[in-house]
Amino acid sequence: MEMIRARELVYEYEQRDDEGNVVGMNRALDEVGLDVRQGQFVAILGHNGSGKSTLAKHMNAILVPSGGTMWVNGRDTRDSGELVNVRRSAGMVFQNPDNQIIGTVVEEDVGFGPENLGVPTGEIWRRVEDGLRAVGMIEYRAHSPNKLSGGQKQRVAIAGVLAMEPECIVLDEPTAMLDPVGRKEVLRTVQELRKRKNVTVILITHYMEEAIDADAIYVMEGGRVVMQGTPREIFGRVDELKRYRLDVPQVTMLAEELRRRGLDVPCGILRREELVEAICRLS
Amino acid sequence: MIREITIGQYYPADSFIHRLDPRVKIVCTLLFLISLFVQNSLPGYVVATLFLAFVIRASKVPFKFIVRGLKAIILLLMFTVVMNLFLTKGGAVLVRVWIFQITEAGLRISVFMAVRLIYLIIGSSLMTLTTTPNALTDGIESLLRPLDKLHVPVHEVAMIMSIALRFIPILLEETDKIMKAQIARGADLESGNILQRAKAMVPILVPLFVSAFRRANDLALAMEARCYFGGEGRTKMKPLAYGRRDYMAYFAVMSYVAVAFAAGRFLPFHVWIF
Repeated sequence: MEMIRARELVYEYEQRDDEGNVVGMNRALDEVGLDVRQGQFVAILGHNGSGKSTLAKHMNAILVPSGGTMWVNGRDTRDSGELVNVRRSAGMVFQNPDNQIIGTVVEEDVGFGPENLGVPTGEIWRRVEDGLRAVGMIEYRAHSPNKLSGGQKQRVAIAGVLAMEPECIVLDEPTAMLDPVGRKEVLRTVQELRKRKNVTVILITHYMEEAIDADAIYVMEGGRVVMQGTPREIFGRVDELKRYRLDVPQVTMLAEELRRRGLDVPCGILRREELVEAICRLS
Repeated sequence: MIREITIGQYYPADSFIHRLDPRVKIVCTLLFLISLFVQNSLPGYVVATLFLAFVIRASKVPFKFIVRGLKAIILLLMFTVVMNLFLTKGGAVLVRVWIFQITEAGLRISVFMAVRLIYLIIGSSLMTLTTTPNALTDGIESLLRPLDKLHVPVHEVAMIMSIALRFIPILLEETDKIMKAQIARGADLESGNILQRAKAMVPILVPLFVSAFRRANDLALAMEARCYFGGEGRTKMKPLAYGRRDYMAYFAVMSYVAVAFAAGRFLPFHVWIF
């Protein structure tokens, strides 16, 4: 089933000068098409200002399209009667861990979503426990979020989304403000969730390494989807990626350089082991 | 320095006081504060001190932690004491320097005032230290519920308060960071007269405000994304329900009020002028 589908999605906003007069329209999204099936892991890559975060906000009906249509779990996000259902289906994790934690105790924050949905008290507690367990934060349930590390805060934010039992989780640059340890922590959590709960994951990022395991990658630039395909297909096009100011993973880069120098290394290598294998096969 | 302000912070621990219903704590704190202000004699304050010491012990919050909260009001405290000390007339004159004089009544009132203010801060910070802001908000919301009929947005006000409390430590940390950043750029925050120092605060306040608005915007988005549509149709993760210990607490505070009142009234216990 299609979890998220976008057709000719356009988002425009007014550009104003200092006095507040409209001087023109800015097109943040330009005829974007997107298909994400149930259970898939899709990465959306793009440089700053490429429109990837704007696209993410459409999946949660925080923004509604100026043109075209966005369906989440079969529901049109422009239908205000479906707003709760859209937001319940697609949970969202934001970039800044501090600015998305509402509760002052970890478990109260995780319970915030279910409270809003009108879930009965006993059920809230079950969901909070499940959510915290799924992200490995159960022992921190009574802690203040202010004392947690960035990676831990993001895991709490993910638990808060999980407690709403969404079919799909949209992560909008969840690792951008984290140190390498925190990044690994969050990515591992996301992968485990995919394995255990079979939730659809949409990861918005500008770190290419995070997209290696994706089922599909969309690359955005200037509000358009400019590349689309499996990681192998995308990472094979090194020159094109560079044009969109994206860093290709080191291993892929090295393989590409070797290939250019005339070695018989296959296109689109993603992991170190693959490269080692390919080089061993050479001799 | 700035992070040491403990007013409005929560101290996680598991104690009798922590487990009390927030409504009990709010009502009892109010009763305690009122009792402080109608108190006007030494025996009454002795009872109040004993009661406060008892509650602090029962709360398992380290005394040092509570005292740190007093630093924030030290200026206000000194101002009040000095004003009362020199401007209250009555009784015998104890000290006279030029046009200033300290009278018995002045000394008495300023000492009582200082004690009152200190106990007031300790009492109310005990409430916030032992109650999570969410519980506090739930308590206020539930106590103010009758105002809903008068179209007062009770839930919204409660939500605003709880968020403000959550962001106090974050914004303090941010202030600290901005101060350091501006000092690194050569800002001089320490020297000069009050006017110059107030002016030096501008480059700290402006970025702080900008960042606070940005945070508010992010937070509003995050709340919306988690299906927050205001108070209607919300359920509670921790619904409020009075238990046995809550009635016990009410009883204890009522007894305190009665004892303190009686002590103030009927115990002819005086030390010098107090």
